Amino acid sequence: MSVVVELAEAARAYGEGEGAVHALKGVSLSVAAGELVAVMGPSGSGKSTLLNLAGGLDRPTSGRVTVEGADLGALAPKALAALRRRRVGYVFQEVNLIPSLSLLENVALPRELDGVRAGRAREEARAALAEVGAGHVAERLPEEVSGGQRQRAAIARALVGERRLVLADEPTGALDTHTGDQILGLLRARCDAGAAVLLVTHEPRYAAWADRVVFLRDGAVDTAAAAVSAR
Amino acid sequence: MSIRHGLLALLSAGPRHGYQLRAEFVASTGASWPLNIGQVYTTLSRLERDGLVVQGEEDAQGRVSYAITDDGRAELERWFRTPLVPADRPRDELVIKLAMAMTTPGVDVAAVVQAQRAATMAVMQDLTRAKRAEGITTAHRLVLDSMIFRTEAEQRWLDHCEAVLAATPQEGRA
Ligand SMILES: Nc1ncnc2c1ncn2[C@@H]1O[C@H](COP(=O)(O)OP(=O)(O)OP(=O)(O)O)[C@@H](O)[C@H]1O
Ligand SMILES: [Mg+2]
Repeated sequence: MSVVVELAEAARAYGEGEGAVHALKGVSLSVAAGELVAVMGPSGSGKSTLLNLAGGLDRPTSGRVTVEGADLGALAPKALAALRRRRVGYVFQEVNLIPSLSLLENVALPRELDGVRAGRAREEARAALAEVGAGHVAERLPEEVSGGQRQRAAIARALVGERRLVLADEPTGALDTHTGDQILGLLRARCDAGAAVLLVTHEPRYAAWADRVVFLRDGAVDTAAAAVSAR
Repeated sequence: MSIRHGLLALLSAGPRHGYQLRAEFVASTGASWPLNIGQVYTTLSRLERDGLVVQGEEDAQGRVSYAITDDGRAELERWFRTPLVPADRPRDELVIKLAMAMTTPGVDVAAVVQAQRAATMAVMQDLTRAKRAEGITTAHRLVLDSMIFRTEAEQRWLDHCEAVLAATPQEGRA
C-alpha cells in the first residue's frame, strides 16, 4: 500500500523558551491509501495541530511531513498551496463556508481555483452535495440552512474532485448519530476508493469506523494503546 | 428478555417449528445472540403450559409446528407496550477493577484505564465492521448499534476516569 501522508518526528511548539507550548512532541504517523485512521485524545492534546501539519496548513517546528512523496517543508509556497488545493480535502473543526456564496458555489470554488471550468465544477459540486444528502439546499446561502446542513456542505467541499488525502476535524459535530454514521460511511467509501483519511473525533462510535485508532495525550501518541488497536 | 417474547413475536407471523424459529431468531438478532435448539424447545413447552402457544400437526419429517394463541397475542402486545426498566445489572467487573486499582498501592491506574480503553475500542471496531457487511438486515444492524452504544458508554466512562484522574491528586493510597 502506498503511503499518502507521513509525519516523521513532527513537532510543533508555540512560543519559545520557558513559556513555550509544546502542542505536538515528535509524532510519527503514516496513513496509506485506502486507510482510515482516527485520532482521539482529550481537548488540547494536539489533534487539530496534527491535522494542520498533515495538510500543510501549518509547518512543524522540527521533523518532517510528506504528502505523496513531496516533503512539504521543501516546497515553495506556491507549490504547497497548489498541493493543498488539489490533493487535500479539509473539514475544519469550525465550519468555515463563505457566507456570501451558496452551498453549491462554496463546494465548486476549490475546483474552479484548480482550473476546472465553471460548468464542470458546478456539476461536480452538485454531485458531491447530493452524495452527502444536501442536494436539495444546494442553492441556499450558509445562513439559510441548518448547522447540520452546513456541516454536510463542508464535507462535500472536502470530498469534491480527486482528493487523495482527506483530513476531517470533528466532522460529525452538529449531526445526529444516524447522519453521523452516514458521514462516516462516506469517508469510509472514499477510503475504499483509494483515499487516505485522517479523522479527529471525540466520539468512540465514529472512531470505531477506522482501521487504526491513535490516542494522543499531551502532544504525544500513546503507544500502549496503539499496540492494541492496530489489528 | 425473553426468548419467550422473541418466539411469540416470530409465531405471530404464522405457525413454525423449532428449527425454523431458531433460524429466524438468529437472523433477526444476528449471531450476537446465540440460541440453541434445546432452549427453543424448553421455551416452547413453557409457553404451551401457559396457554400462549399450541402444538399443531406433525409434518412428514415428524416435525411439530407451534401456533400462537389469543392469550399469546395479548401477552405479546403487552410486551411491546411495556417499557423495560434497566434491570439490576450484575456487578460490573470493570468498575470493581478500577475501584480496586485506585486503592491498591503500586497500581498504575492510568495504565489500567488506557489498556482497557484500547481493548474496548477494538471491540467497537469489530462491531462496526460487522455493521458494514453487505446484505445485512436493518434489524441486525440495529442490534449491532445497540451494542456499539453500550460499548461507547463504557469508553466514555473510561475517558472520564482518565480526565478526573489527571486532574485529581491521588488519594486513599497507602
Ligand atoms: N496559535 C496557538 N498559539 C498558542 N498555543 C496554541 C495555538 N494553537 C494551539 N495551541 C495550543 O496547543 C495545544 C494543542 O492544541 P490543539 O488545537 O491541537 O488541541 P486539540 O487536541 O485539537 O483540542 P480540541 O479537542 O479542544 O480541539 C493546546 O494546548 C493549545 O492551547
Ligand atoms: Mg481541535
